[in-house]
Amino acid sequence: MNGYIALDYGDLAVASLLVLANAALSLRLDLGLERRIMIAAARMVVQLSLVGLVLKVLFAAVSPLWTGLAALAMVAFAGQEIMARQDRRFAGWWGYGLGTGCMLAAAGLVTVFGLTTQLRPDPWYHPQYAIPLLGMVLGNTMTGISLGLHTLTGAVVEGRSAIEARLALGETMGAATLPVVRKALRAAVMPIVNAMGTTGLVSLPGMMTGQILGGVDPTQAVRYQILIMFLISGGTAAGAVAAVLGGVRRLSDSRDRLRLDRLVGKD
Amino acid sequence: MFEVEDLTRSGLEPVSFSMAAGECLAVLGVSGSGKTLMLRAIADLDPNEGEVRLNGISRSSVSGPSWRRRVAYLAAEPGWWADSVAAHFDDWPAMAAAVRRLLLPEDMGEAPVSRLSTGERQRLALLRALERKPSVLLLDEPTAQLDAASRDAVEAMLAEWCRDQRAALVWVSHDPAQILRVARRRLVVEAGRVREDAA
Repeated sequence: MNGYIALDYGDLAVASLLVLANAALSLRLDLGLERRIMIAAARMVVQLSLVGLVLKVLFAAVSPLWTGLAALAMVAFAGQEIMARQDRRFAGWWGYGLGTGCMLAAAGLVTVFGLTTQLRPDPWYHPQYAIPLLGMVLGNTMTGISLGLHTLTGAVVEGRSAIEARLALGETMGAATLPVVRKALRAAVMPIVNAMGTTGLVSLPGMMTGQILGGVDPTQAVRYQILIMFLISGGTAAGAVAAVLGGVRRLSDSRDRLRLDRLVGKD
Repeated sequence: MFEVEDLTRSGLEPVSFSMAAGECLAVLGVSGSGKTLMLRAIADLDPNEGEVRLNGISRSSVSGPSWRRRVAYLAAEPGWWADSVAAHFDDWPAMAAAVRRLLLPEDMGEAPVSRLSTGERQRLALLRALERKPSVLLLDEPTAQLDAASRDAVEAMLAEWCRDQRAALVWVSHDPAQILRVARRRLVVEAGRVREDAA
């Protein structure tokens, strides 16, 4: 079968009854979530509708400038999200800059790599490919970096006495923080490792499912999904390594001291 | 010769003193007066200003880790980074005699640190620092959690180590009798101000 079944607003309205049922359930069970459910659902509809319009304009323009600006806006929002997910974040510009910078570099490089060596659209920055690809890589890189930084800062604060005991005996900051760096990197990459291990058995990924619903041959949809998973794992690992190592560097100084005064929030 | 010159940091007014090799200097003062801040500043564990020299070598001319290998700091509540006792030592079997001397069981190498008493941990942390043979040892209440016998063993070992290794000890203590036993000179810290007091 080729092509796809078009949806009209009536179809969406019927499906939205499920969300209304959720809200009703919340009211009935006194969960206090009905307002949040309705606001979240409304936000989702508005945000996706706007994105649909933006993508339509971007796809029609095929402009490197507009595609680049859209990509930067996505990175900027994702950077805000990384910061929001931290109990303790770096003080000042570093709080936003570290996660965002690492994500921009890792997700950007991996996306350009995928576009120029595997997908090869014409032109290479064609927004129909570049924006969805960046979106998927970015979403996972964002999760990896935020988990990595969250684990790092938490483990450094909790393990302060152990780290300082090693520093006090003349070890370098690199040696003293190696266990927490390993812990942070494991936390950052485990979701994508687990996802790779269960994809196809436990879950069918959204992109692949979407392509199949859109009429794409399942074997081609699977190849796309495998490509995306490889790109995501590369981007997540690169971004997490850069962010965690950058974070440790920021938590130290030229005298190999532990600088917890450079963290803010909690405690 | 160990020299501290105009050392200052937040919470600590400029402090200067010097010590000869093999000397022990006691530091006393009420809790929160700045004793730990001073020791950490000397070890360069926190941002600080001032000059500290060991045998004429300025602290600023060597890296932080290199400085702390020579001038080691032992916290009042030392941290542990591995599960077993032995993992904290370069050569645990070589420590057997010292372990016995501090009244600790020799076979505790594989014991989990989490199961040790506070007093056992305090003595092991001291041995861990001594194993690295620093030239200056900054001790923050090293016998606060010990019974009288263990305390005497620690004092005897440190006195001998100080004499044999020609090392300097800066010893924070709340125990006036101990201060009289271990040191001939003493610094008094009051609200971040440090002065040398006649013994």
